[in-house]
Amino acid sequence: MQSKSAKISIAIVSLVLGIMLAVQFKTTASNNAAQLPARVEDVAQQLNSVTQERDALAEEIVSLREKLSNVRKNDQAMADLQDELQKTSMVAGTNAVEGPGIILTVNDIPRKIQPGEDPNDTIVHDSDLNTLVNDLKSSGAEAISVNDQRIIAMSEIRCASTLMLINTRRVGPPFVIKATGNPDMLESGMNINGGWLSIMKGWGYQINLRKSEKVQIPAYNGPIRFEYSVPVEKEEKAE
Amino acid sequence: MWLLIIFCLLIGLAIGFQMPVLLPLIYAKYMSIAILAALDSVLGGIRAYMEDGFDTTIFVSGFVVNALLAAGLAYIGDKLGVELYLAAVIVFGVRIFQNLAIIRRYLVKKY
Repeated sequence: MQSKSAKISIAIVSLVLGIMLAVQFKTTASNNAAQLPARVEDVAQQLNSVTQERDALAEEIVSLREKLSNVRKNDQAMADLQDELQKTSMVAGTNAVEGPGIILTVNDIPRKIQPGEDPNDTIVHDSDLNTLVNDLKSSGAEAISVNDQRIIAMSEIRCASTLMLINTRRVGPPFVIKATGNPDMLESGMNINGGWLSIMKGWGYQINLRKSEKVQIPAYNGPIRFEYSVPVEKEEKAE
Repeated sequence: MWLLIIFCLLIGLAIGFQMPVLLPLIYAKYMSIAILAALDSVLGGIRAYMEDGFDTTIFVSGFVVNALLAAGLAYIGDKLGVELYLAAVIVFGVRIFQNLAIIRRYLVKKY
C-alpha cells in the first residue's frame, strides 16, 4: 500500500499549489482592480484641486473688485501712487528729465604726441569720467548723462580699448556730460580748486563747462534685470 | 486521501490570501504557467497514486521542475519574441485533462 511519505509529499505539494493559486488570484484581482479605480481616484483628486483653485480665484476676484472700487472712490490714492511712481522712476532713471544744469564737454589733449611719450597720457580715461561724474553727484546733481547715456545706479563707465563702455554702449570722445541741478552749485563744485576738473585742465585736456537753463537728459534705455535680487518684504496675504 | 488533498489545498489558499505578497503584473503570466504545471503535477501524482505507481521523488521533483521549467520557458519565449507559453498551456492543458479522465475512470471503477 502507499507509504506515508507519499501522503506527506502530496499534502505539501497541495499546500504549495494552494499558496501559488491564492497569490495568483490576488495578483490578477488587484491588477484588474488597480487600473480603473486608480484613474477614477486621479480624476477625483484633480477635480478636487481644480475646484479648490476655482474657489480661491473667485475669492480673489471679489477682493480685487473691492480694491478697484476703493481706488476709484479714492482718486487721491491714485494720484499719490502716480506721484510716487514718478519720483521712483526719476530716481531709477527710467524717464527722461529736463531742467537747469550744466553741460560739461571733455576731450583728449590736442597736442601731438612727442617721441617717447605715452599716448595714454593724452586721452580721457574711464577713471577721469568716473571721478567727474562722482564730483557732479557730490555737487548736488539730480540726473547725469554721458554722451546721452543716462547714469543710473548700476551704470558702469569703463575702458574698452579705444572707446568707453557706458551702460554697455560704446561711446567715444568728446564726452558730453550733462547734469541737472543747481547750475551755480554744480559749476562751482566742478571748478573747485584742486578738483579733478582743474587738474585735467592743467594737463591740457579740452574742457568746456557751461551753465544751461534747460538741460535735457534722456531716460535709461537698457534692460533692467534682477536675476538674483529680490525685494525683502514681509509676506502678507492679499486682503 | 481526497480529504487530505482538499484540506491542504484550502490551507494553502488561506495562507496565500493572508500573505502580503503581490506579484508585479509582468510576472503574473509566468506564475500562471507555473501554476498550470503544478496542477498537472498534482493530478499526475494522484493518478499515479491510484495506479499504485507513486514515487515520491518523481512526484516532488516533477512538481518543482515542471513549474520552474514552464515559467522559464515562457520567460525565454518572451525574450525571443516567440509566444512559447502557449506551448506550455497546450501541453499542460492536455495533460491535465488526460489525468483527470484517467482519475475519473478509476473512481468510476472503484465505486
